[in-house]
Order: sequence, then C-alpha cells, then structure tokens
Amino acid sequence: MKKLLNDPATVVVDALRGMAAAHPELRVDLEHRVVVRADAPSQGRVGLVSGGGSGHEPLHAGFVGPGMLDAACAGEVFTSPVPDQILAATTAVDGGAGVLHIVKNYTGDVMNFEMAAEFAADNGTEVACVVIDDDVAVQDSTWTAGRRGVGATLVVEKIAGAAAAQGRPLAEVAQLARRVNDEGRSMGMALTSCTVPAVGHPTFDLAENQMEIGIGIHGEPGRRRVPLASAAEVAAMLVEPILADRDFAGADGVLLFVNGMGATPLMELYLMYDQVSALLDRAGVRVARSLVGSYVTSLDMAGCSVTVVGLDDRLIGLWDAPVCTPALRWGA
Amino acid sequence: MTGNGSWIDAARAASWLRAAAAAVHDQRDLLTELDSAIGDADHGLNLDRGMSAVIAQLDADADPPASPGALLKRAGMTLVSTVGGASGPLYGTLLLRMATSVGDAKSLDAKDFAVALRAGLDGVRARGKAEAGDKTLIDALAPACDALDGTLASGASFAEALSAAARAADAGRDATVPLVARKGRASYLGERSAGHQDPGATSMALLIAAAGTPAEG
Repeated sequence: MKKLLNDPATVVVDALRGMAAAHPELRVDLEHRVVVRADAPSQGRVGLVSGGGSGHEPLHAGFVGPGMLDAACAGEVFTSPVPDQILAATTAVDGGAGVLHIVKNYTGDVMNFEMAAEFAADNGTEVACVVIDDDVAVQDSTWTAGRRGVGATLVVEKIAGAAAAQGRPLAEVAQLARRVNDEGRSMGMALTSCTVPAVGHPTFDLAENQMEIGIGIHGEPGRRRVPLASAAEVAAMLVEPILADRDFAGADGVLLFVNGMGATPLMELYLMYDQVSALLDRAGVRVARSLVGSYVTSLDMAGCSVTVVGLDDRLIGLWDAPVCTPALRWGA
Repeated sequence: MTGNGSWIDAARAASWLRAAAAAVHDQRDLLTELDSAIGDADHGLNLDRGMSAVIAQLDADADPPASPGALLKRAGMTLVSTVGGASGPLYGTLLLRMATSVGDAKSLDAKDFAVALRAGLDGVRARGKAEAGDKTLIDALAPACDALDGTLASGASFAEALSAAARAADAGRDATVPLVARKGRASYLGERSAGHQDPGATSMALLIAAAGTPAEG
C-alpha cells in the first residue's frame, strides 16, 4: 500500500483536523467527527444533516456551508457513522424548524440514522429523513437491501440546501429532496479496486484487461466483470441501464453529472462527458445543467459514474442558487 | 460462563464478553476477508474495535455493574457507539434487548438466559428487517436459540445446552455458504453472493461459542 498516512487507524480524524485548519468557516468537532457550519444553528431555518462512511470525499463534509448542508458526520472508512455522532450533528443544527437527515441507502447507514432520529425525537427535535437510492445497477426488490445511494446524493444535498436557505418548511424541503431522488438515476464502473487504509491491500482484484460494471462506492464488486472496452462502449454500458429505467425525454431537461471515483483524471471525465452527452442527445434527452468532477468517490478507485436527474424550472432554480462550501461553490 | 455452576452473575457475564472479544480479535482478519468477498471489508475491524471498547470499560471498572443486565446494557450502548456499520446497531440491539429481558436480576439461570437470547433475536430481526435464510447473523443466532430451548426442555445441563447452541450456531454459519444474500451489502451481488460464508453469521457463532467457554479465575 502506498498512501500519504501517519497511522491507518487515525486517518479519519487526521483528515478532519486538516479540514478544520483549512476551513475556519467550519466548526469541526473532532470528538464526534462532525463538521458543522460555524454559524449553526440558524434560528427558524431547517437544518440539513448528512453523513456516511469516510472515503467518499468531498462527500459529505465538503458540502457543508451556506446553500447546502449544515452538518456532516464522518464514519470510519466505508462505515456508517454511529448514532452519537448523528445526534450531536442534529442537535448542533436544530434552529427550531426541524432537521432533515439525508441518508444513503445502505443497511448500516439507515439503521444508525434511524436510531439517532429516535434519540433526537426523545430530546424534542423534529427530524425528517430522506433515503437516497439512485443506483440502477442494483435490482430493486423487496428481497434485497434495495438500490444504493450514490451520485444523486450530491444533487439532493444541493437542492434541499437551497430550499432550506429560502426558509422553506421541513415538510417541503423533505418532499423536494425525495423528488430529486425519484428523478435521479446513476450507474458506475471501476477500472481498479480501492485500498482501505486499515486493510492495506486492494478490496478486490481486477486484472489489467478487465473492468467492473455496476460498481458501488465502497469497493464492493459490481454485478458484471467484462473485458476492458473503449470509452464509447463504457458510456453506452452506463447510459443504457439509466435510460431503460426512467424516461427523461419528458423532463424540461436533465442534470448530467459525470463523477470520478477518486483516481481518474479530469481529462478522462471530460472525455466521458462528451461520450455520455452525445448518447443522451441521440436519445432525445436535453441536458440543461452539468457537473463534471470527482465528488462522490471511493478512495483511490479509478473509474466513473454517470448520474442523470430530471429537472423542471423550480429544480433548475434551486440548483443554480448560490452555494459556498469547500467543494462546491458558485453564485453570489 | 458455565464455570462450576449453572448460574450467571455479572462476573460470569463479563467473562462471556471477554471470551467473545478475544475470539473476535483472534479472527478479525478472517472476518474481514469474508467481508471483502461479499461486503466492504470492514467487519473484523469494526467488531474488534467495538469489543475492545467493551473490554476497556470492564478493565477500567472501579465499581462494576452489579447485575448481568446492567453489564449487558452498558456493553450494548458501547457497541452502538463504537462499531458503526450495520453490525453496531445489530449487536448493540441484541445486548440491549437481552438486558431488558433480564432486568435487575443479580443472577440468571439457564432458562432466563435462553429467554433473553431469544428476546435479543427478536430485536435483531426487527432492527434489521431480516429473517432466517437471508444470509445474515440471524442464520447463526436463530438456530442457537432453538438449540438452547430444545436441549433445556429435554433436561440437559446449562453447559450441555450452551455447547449444543454453539454447535447449532456453527452449523447455521456453515449453511450460509450456498445462500443468496437478501439483506445488507452482500445482497447487491445477487447470485454472486452464493458460495461465500456470511461474515455476520461467522462473528455471531464466535459470540455464541464464547458463552460456553469456561470462565477463567
């Protein structure tokens, strides 16, 4: 394993310490491993809390700031945060208008956020929860844990954050978040595995001439291992299942988000964006907004994911609204 | 925990947790290997971290909990706060429900223990929304509960019942190999999850076996 580390056991808190040093506009609670806007709580405004295992940076702490999240909880690498952390974050951002939990659909995350919401309710904080499950690689069925939350999480956090900043009530912010999730579909692929620092070797082996289609963001293998193919062929393997799952032709336009898994150069991501947008164009899907970059990552995995979210004028307005976080910032 | 008698007091409950923690620590690499095949390669690390925290509390106890229930409750809360993932809420819920079941009793007999373990199983089922056959830790825990009840009903000693429970948990663990996972991250693999032993059932079998480990000292 070749990584920039002092001690694999303290990688999460060591990184949070750096985040605190680099971003004085954030309050970093190292004991609870929670990153909070320094001005939290905002009285009378809905608070947004997300979180999950570490290793997906900049998700989630990189999206804490005006126009997006109020707090993020960092679990161990690829491991859900625990209820104490989530409760600390929820309490810190509760300005009396309730708190929305944005949770990616993984068994552990859902259970830990559920326990934290029970504790918060005991303390008198109103909590709503939206579970993100946009990954079309997983067959949705009552017999499985359901689809995973991947790229659409960022879009939900941005749009719900904009609605909360406008002073919308909890029920409306939660409903918007659910709508974005319903409108979002994603599919990912890996060229290489990733290495969890405390494990020290790759989570799985992928031969030089192979790739994994339908990968998740935890180094868990995908559904199909196939010979390495051209970017054009990879783009088709990612776009086809997305379009087969939802008809975007009727939307006012879509957000096309081409995401890097952590070790893929931006050059390759733009190359993929070119391929993917051409396929959408051919399918009659109009791209209204775009995002390209490594935002929902899987440590040092090489590969990419494609997320398509159907938009309308209101959602476009909320996407365009100002945001000022370490990883995403535009507007005023 | 069986020791020379069939009663469990707080000290015996503590030695169960110590034996379980030692087994998880010894097998942590195996648990992580099993998890990397069908999960996300963290089960051994996470459970070892949580059980170590439970033991650190026991070691630091100036005034140890007076009842098995108080001890199990504290251990359950510690697991919930330190393990993370799905295992934290599930193992935590198991111990918390056992604690609720036994209340403040200073010592438990075999029947109390069997009832408590089944209450824990019911809690885990509800928290995880999983049933036997889903390729989860329930596949080791449920047969262990059945074996405890069955052998105690037929007049076996507590020690005999615990070793029957351990054998049943091991058999349940082994039987997860051909199953297709329906819960947790392994379920994302669909048919590809078959042919692998479930890491959660593996750690659960260690916990059950530890209950039959004779107490030291």
